[in-house]
Amino acid sequence: MLAKRIIPCLDVKDGRVVKGVNFLDLKDAGDPVEAAKKYEQAQADELVFLDITASHEERKIILDIVKKVAECVFIPFTVGGGIKTVEDIRELLSAGCDKVSLNSQAILNPELIKKSSFRFGSQCIVVAIDAKKEDGHWQVYINGGRTKTEKDALLWAKEAESLGAGEILLTSMDFDGTNKGYDIELTKAISTGVNIPVIASGGAGKPEDIFEVFNLAQADAALCASIFHYDKYTVSDVKHYLKERGVIVRL
Amino acid sequence: MITVIDYGMGNLRSVSKALESLGAKVKVSESPSDVKNADRLVFPGVGAFSDCMDEVNKRNLQEPIRDFIKSGKPFLGICMGLQLLFESSQEAPGVKGLGVLKGKVAKFTSPNLKVPQIGWNQIDLTQKGKESALFKGIENGDFFYFVHSYFALPEDEDIITSTTNYGVDFCSAINKDNIFATQFHPEKSQAKGLKVLENFLTITTG
Repeated sequence: MLAKRIIPCLDVKDGRVVKGVNFLDLKDAGDPVEAAKKYEQAQADELVFLDITASHEERKIILDIVKKVAECVFIPFTVGGGIKTVEDIRELLSAGCDKVSLNSQAILNPELIKKSSFRFGSQCIVVAIDAKKEDGHWQVYINGGRTKTEKDALLWAKEAESLGAGEILLTSMDFDGTNKGYDIELTKAISTGVNIPVIASGGAGKPEDIFEVFNLAQADAALCASIFHYDKYTVSDVKHYLKERGVIVRL
Repeated sequence: MITVIDYGMGNLRSVSKALESLGAKVKVSESPSDVKNADRLVFPGVGAFSDCMDEVNKRNLQEPIRDFIKSGKPFLGICMGLQLLFESSQEAPGVKGLGVLKGKVAKFTSPNLKVPQIGWNQIDLTQKGKESALFKGIENGDFFYFVHSYFALPEDEDIITSTTNYGVDFCSAINKDNIFATQFHPEKSQAKGLKVLENFLTITTG
């Protein structure tokens, strides 16, 4: 049976991890390569690196990190943040990452999803959606949640699927950072509304939250950041918790 | 020398890096002579069946791949590199695969399944799989990483070394003589995947 995936997310700024990891026994918790290795050992199923470097000129740094991670980490990993062109995607994939995550640019230029999935295959094109509940439905925001768009999250997810997206990375802006659990209603609506895998993101604070997003919202994978801060829980702890409750996980 | 065939499809760096981490000397190449003269050949690939065959043909690699397989030296197909060994695929009606193995490639159709299958799934070893040198140290139920919408239906079911359940029990690995192939990605399947690649590096055939 296909396992539910646990995917730690690492925010990277100017080549350093700024959020998402604080392993006590790491010499340098800010080194993305070290953090990636540690998560791989802890049984993470995949990794997401979110490049939050402001300047576009700094793209070399993330490419260098991707190259180094590909040399020593043998689980799939995704890179998101600031990707604007097919050429950006080609550079990242040839540096060694398995998938890229498109967010603002997918909204501004939906052709990018079509062109890149045609060129590289749907399996490596993840479309990230940041959604916020307004007037009984979910509105899509871009630019890190600063800019409201005209799009409805469910309709946009379906459109992204038809354009060639291989997965949806769905973040609830209402729940992100709250540690009170995932947005079950939103996740369920999207996960049952499309026929491609949905990665739930935003709000996980404890293992029960992850159990619920799999069990109640039918998410295919759970993206986690702060739950793994301060070594409160390891990926392996969470997976054991899920396994005891009948969720299929890789251990 | 181990040659990883580069025909412009997919993340070859991860395949070569995984092999190198095991101490192998790897050449990533699209040259017909590097393919023909390799000691071991790895045929990876992701993407669409017809695009992959086009790229193979553009580089005149069909004959070198066939010649290598005839030589009896160890061959490993990964993901699309497994599917292309067969005669045809539902994904591309009319497009001929390499046809090294008899059979076709079909799409997942169960109504409640998400396609592509993306993620870690378990393999069940067949009797042949339990005896296969590629799966030394691998047990029933071990997880490997899959990304695909299609799967192979070999005419000769005796070549199947493992099956995996995703709505249906599909063929997730095969072996015929010196031909080994996996639908999953060993290069992305952490310790178990590296074990499979390590086994491939020490397999003797022919």
